[in-house]
Amino acid sequence: MNTHTLSVLVENKPGVLARIAGLFARRGYNIESLAVGPTENEDFSRITVQVSVDSQLVLEQIVKQLNKLIEVLKIVELEDAQAVRRELVLIKVKADPATRSQIIEIVQLFRGKTVDVHNDSMTIEATGSPDKLEALLEMLKPYGVRELVQSGLVALARGSRSLSDRAKIEKTRPAARLAN
Amino acid sequence: MPGESPTILTGAQALVESLERVGVDVVFGIPGGAILPAYDPLYDSKVRHILVRHEQGAGHAAEGYAMVTGRVGVCIATSGPGATNLVTAIADAYMDSVPIVAITGQVVSAAIGTDAFQEADIRGITFPITKHSFLVTDAAEIPHAIAAAFHLAATGRPGPVLVDIAKDALQSTTEFHWPEELDLPGYHPVAKPHSKQLREAARLIGEAKRPVLYVGGGVVKAQAYDALAELVRITRIPVVTTLMARGAFPDSHELNLGMPGMHGTVAAVGALQRSDLLITLGARFDDRVTGRLDSFAPEAKVIHADIDPAEISKNRVADVPIVGHLAEVIAELNSLLRAADLPDYGEWVRYLTGLKAKYSFDPQPLQDDLLSPEYVIKRIGEIAGPDAIYVTGVGQHQMWSAHLLPHERPGRWLNSGGAGTMGYCVPAAMGAQVGRPGAVVWGIDGDGCFQMTNQELVTCALNDIPIKIAVINNRSLGMVRQWQTLFYGERYSNTNLKTHLVPDFPKLAEAMGAVGLRAETPEDVDRVINEAMAINDRPVVVEFVVHKDAMVWPMVAAGTSNDDIKIARDLAPDWEGEIL
Repeated sequence: MNTHTLSVLVENKPGVLARIAGLFARRGYNIESLAVGPTENEDFSRITVQVSVDSQLVLEQIVKQLNKLIEVLKIVELEDAQAVRRELVLIKVKADPATRSQIIEIVQLFRGKTVDVHNDSMTIEATGSPDKLEALLEMLKPYGVRELVQSGLVALARGSRSLSDRAKIEKTRPAARLAN
Repeated sequence: MPGESPTILTGAQALVESLERVGVDVVFGIPGGAILPAYDPLYDSKVRHILVRHEQGAGHAAEGYAMVTGRVGVCIATSGPGATNLVTAIADAYMDSVPIVAITGQVVSAAIGTDAFQEADIRGITFPITKHSFLVTDAAEIPHAIAAAFHLAATGRPGPVLVDIAKDALQSTTEFHWPEELDLPGYHPVAKPHSKQLREAARLIGEAKRPVLYVGGGVVKAQAYDALAELVRITRIPVVTTLMARGAFPDSHELNLGMPGMHGTVAAVGALQRSDLLITLGARFDDRVTGRLDSFAPEAKVIHADIDPAEISKNRVADVPIVGHLAEVIAELNSLLRAADLPDYGEWVRYLTGLKAKYSFDPQPLQDDLLSPEYVIKRIGEIAGPDAIYVTGVGQHQMWSAHLLPHERPGRWLNSGGAGTMGYCVPAAMGAQVGRPGAVVWGIDGDGCFQMTNQELVTCALNDIPIKIAVINNRSLGMVRQWQTLFYGERYSNTNLKTHLVPDFPKLAEAMGAVGLRAETPEDVDRVINEAMAINDRPVVVEFVVHKDAMVWPMVAAGTSNDDIKIARDLAPDWEGEIL
């Protein structure tokens, strides 16, 4: 199974996410992560989805099926080397006065932040590539991870062009006397 | 009009005005609470509303209308159960790419999500079976939703579109603005094929030794049959037409090998299996055509042309993908091939026409002193002729109809192909008759299918819709019974409908305002068909009491290879008898 990252520009309308999630479920495609959010244009949202597939043909089929959804404007695959990819993780880790400074040191090494501290725990915020966050988590595990929450991956292509530049956004003319 | 003050309409009036503007002449539906506001302006409209007896009937009638007219069919229902009753017909239209618009009432917007009376999330329910759907909660959005729905249903790959309108949106008032442009920024169906791909296709055709035109329902939808006829004239390449494409190319043409697939002809199945090039036009490598996919047409390269890019390389990888409107694709292919120096496929054609002649089938009237269903269907086709419109249900009678009716012209063959919806026949025939009031419409139905939706005969009787329905009564769910015979050791679990006891089909027909007839002997057959043909002022139901053990042959058992096709129980065709 290979993982691919798709960036999907969609109309910002109710139900779009349900259509996309339903499509993946119905056709048996595997989603590894999914992130949805607003874009530079309030009419559009952007969905970043990581899919794992057996073959290039399945990936092509996913893209084609997504493209059939009327509210999908543009889909690009973001290859690892040509994109900036980030996830956000919040980790609540056990921490007593003896281990606290060790944990802070690890967090700083990963350019994370401590966002909440209690007598026996602290909460770490970190962003980065999936690999980096994986490494951070491995380092924190020995202290005892009490709770963890992670965002889906978001990604942007490197370079100056935007996804909406690449989508042909124009109105469709109605055919005359449609029912005839 | 600049300077004029805008027209103020209720949402309901805006809906009816919008339907008139897109050119709707007839809708099929049933009113109810949430859609009720729309029925008031509809009462005064030039749009004809046909009051059906079940919403499923409205949906299939819209399909039947769309199939014979090439226009968008329309059905209307209320919220909740009204809307969910449309689901089967919407799914059917989705599978067979039939352009329909379903309009449903929804509970008032403030009540949406509260499990209100007659509330169902019909948009959510139909996400997987619609091309697109709208939930409208603002009266001002109704004109655009309707215009967009009709545009989406009819263009690109056709399909069903749902417009769900909250009751308060129908009741409130709004300025009516008909959209000059549609706001569908993500919708760009590709009509014009890529010339490089067309040249590549022409090159492969020029190199092929055993090419076959694998023609699907897309050719009918695209009205590309004249271009197809020209393609065959230029190339002399043999043709198979799928269940959805029957009539796209005349069966009487020597190069038409008939229908491929699970119940395909030996010649059509053999042609695909031995081909070295499939020229696939508007077909989708459905499992009922391919059999076990990894043994389907093992030596063939594939040219695949379709308006929907997602169909290409979905089931079978295409060597030459062509996305485009088939009328354009085939026309451009024709102009390339006209100038090309094509090989003579004569030997290949002789092999296939040999198979066709050897395994042709001429049904006898009787089997064990009972009428044979194949004979009955063949006689209906011979008497009603190639200009009649034929509509079937799903099962054995459908397969026999696909083979034995006179499929000579396009747009006259309606059945439920992809979804396999029992109960399609009577309401779809009703819709077809409304779309083509002057045509002879024959429904050929089974006794099982007929009992699912026959109440629409009441609608037909009350609305001067003189369809003719042949009930091929074998007292059983015949296709299921056939599988029990072949694969379940003749254990006939729940396939005996006991229709020799009840219902009395002619009496049932008479009770619904139709003429009821019955045939039990070969002498009866022509007489009742002719009698039915002479009746034009009301629907007719003709019951044909037929043998229950008749089976559909040839057959490729589910999940097996097309190479294992049988022409009768345990009997394989003799492929090698003809020399290639």
